[in-house]
Amino acid sequence: MASIDEGGGGGHKKGPGVKKAKKLSTRVDMTPMVDLGFLLITFFIFTATMSSPTTMDLNMPKDTEKKEEETKIKQSGALTILLGSKDQVFYYEGELLPDGSNFKSATFKTIRDIIINKKKDVIKNYKPDDKSEEIKQKAKAKGDPDWENADKDKDFVVVIKPDEEATYKNTVDILDEMTINNVKRFAMVKISDTEKDLVKASEK
Amino acid sequence: MPSVKIPKKNKATDMTPFVDVAFLILSFFIMATKFKPEEAVKVETPKSVSADFLKEENAMLITIDQDSKVYVNISSPKDESKLTSVIEGINQSRNLGLSPAEIQNFKKAPIIGVPFASLKQYLQMPADEMGKVKQQGIPVLDSLNNELVWWVGETKKVFAGGKLLFLIKGDNNSKFPTFDGVINALKRNDEFKYNLITAQEGAPTGTELFDQRNRK
Repeated sequence: MASIDEGGGGGHKKGPGVKKAKKLSTRVDMTPMVDLGFLLITFFIFTATMSSPTTMDLNMPKDTEKKEEETKIKQSGALTILLGSKDQVFYYEGELLPDGSNFKSATFKTIRDIIINKKKDVIKNYKPDDKSEEIKQKAKAKGDPDWENADKDKDFVVVIKPDEEATYKNTVDILDEMTINNVKRFAMVKISDTEKDLVKASEK
Repeated sequence: MPSVKIPKKNKATDMTPFVDVAFLILSFFIMATKFKPEEAVKVETPKSVSADFLKEENAMLITIDQDSKVYVNISSPKDESKLTSVIEGINQSRNLGLSPAEIQNFKKAPIIGVPFASLKQYLQMPADEMGKVKQQGIPVLDSLNNELVWWVGETKKVFAGGKLLFLIKGDNNSKFPTFDGVINALKRNDEFKYNLITAQEGAPTGTELFDQRNRK
């Protein structure tokens, strides 16, 4: 042990005038130093792993001029999400009605439930068609454990339309929401003028 | 009964070896930590649930800062001469009239964020000053004058056949039209796969992704 022997030495009588020097303990309490050391270690471990950036894959489709090459989506399974200024979110299901009555407002907190509910709705109204088997087989080949249900949400498409005031953060957040809720079909589409006006009018 | 005398032992444990170990680990972590190189442009990236880590490969990094200005930075860790090929290609196709010294200086530039019109002037600066000046950003908003199209096109040509990642690093507060302009520039060069650089975030509990990850 690294402690210094401080006992012993007593008992020797010195002369009557010689005062015995008080022996102070030379031992230092190391506990706070250990605390500090481990605190620093924890700090370094945390900062080292946290700062590593991750990447999010984004695949865009090729723009096409031809109408017949465009992907067609079923109105019943479509959910359009519009991003406005100051983190405001709007959405409508299916086609936008001329009077705009199905145009609703949401926030980034509530949009998740809206996506989940819409997805459940689409799955409930699922009807197999000629493509169902193909989707199932593809999922099976990929090793999806849940491949039997892989085609259930085939009609569910989320259309994302950010307007000029939307920030990059909003865009990434909503793309992230697609990953979180396992939305397989989504598209980023340019906002139309009617929608832009509606967003402007409903914004606070 | 004669009581057995137990010698009083010192209760305090000696902490010294403990300290030694703590500081040994500490010094290991300090030395193993790679410090982030100082960035010429400050960007705060949004968070995402994505768990893929960034690989160090040939990459074209497109940065969008908080004022929605666009910068490019091409990294080719194995073969630096490719950077020279890129700037030479740009020089030719855009008739910039850069001198050999200016072309050499491109390799040292930390990040490029100037329109072609002022690129010559920018490359005349000494390398250590380049990171300090305020740059205008590469124009991307106007589809007729999207200069990023040229940058992407030239980089793609030089790295043809090899692997090249397109990284987009955007600031939280940058506006969507700029991002759209960047995407358009890449699309016009027939590039449809990008990597968005984000900070890590866990999957929120109770969601499908959360269940999926926990099943594994």
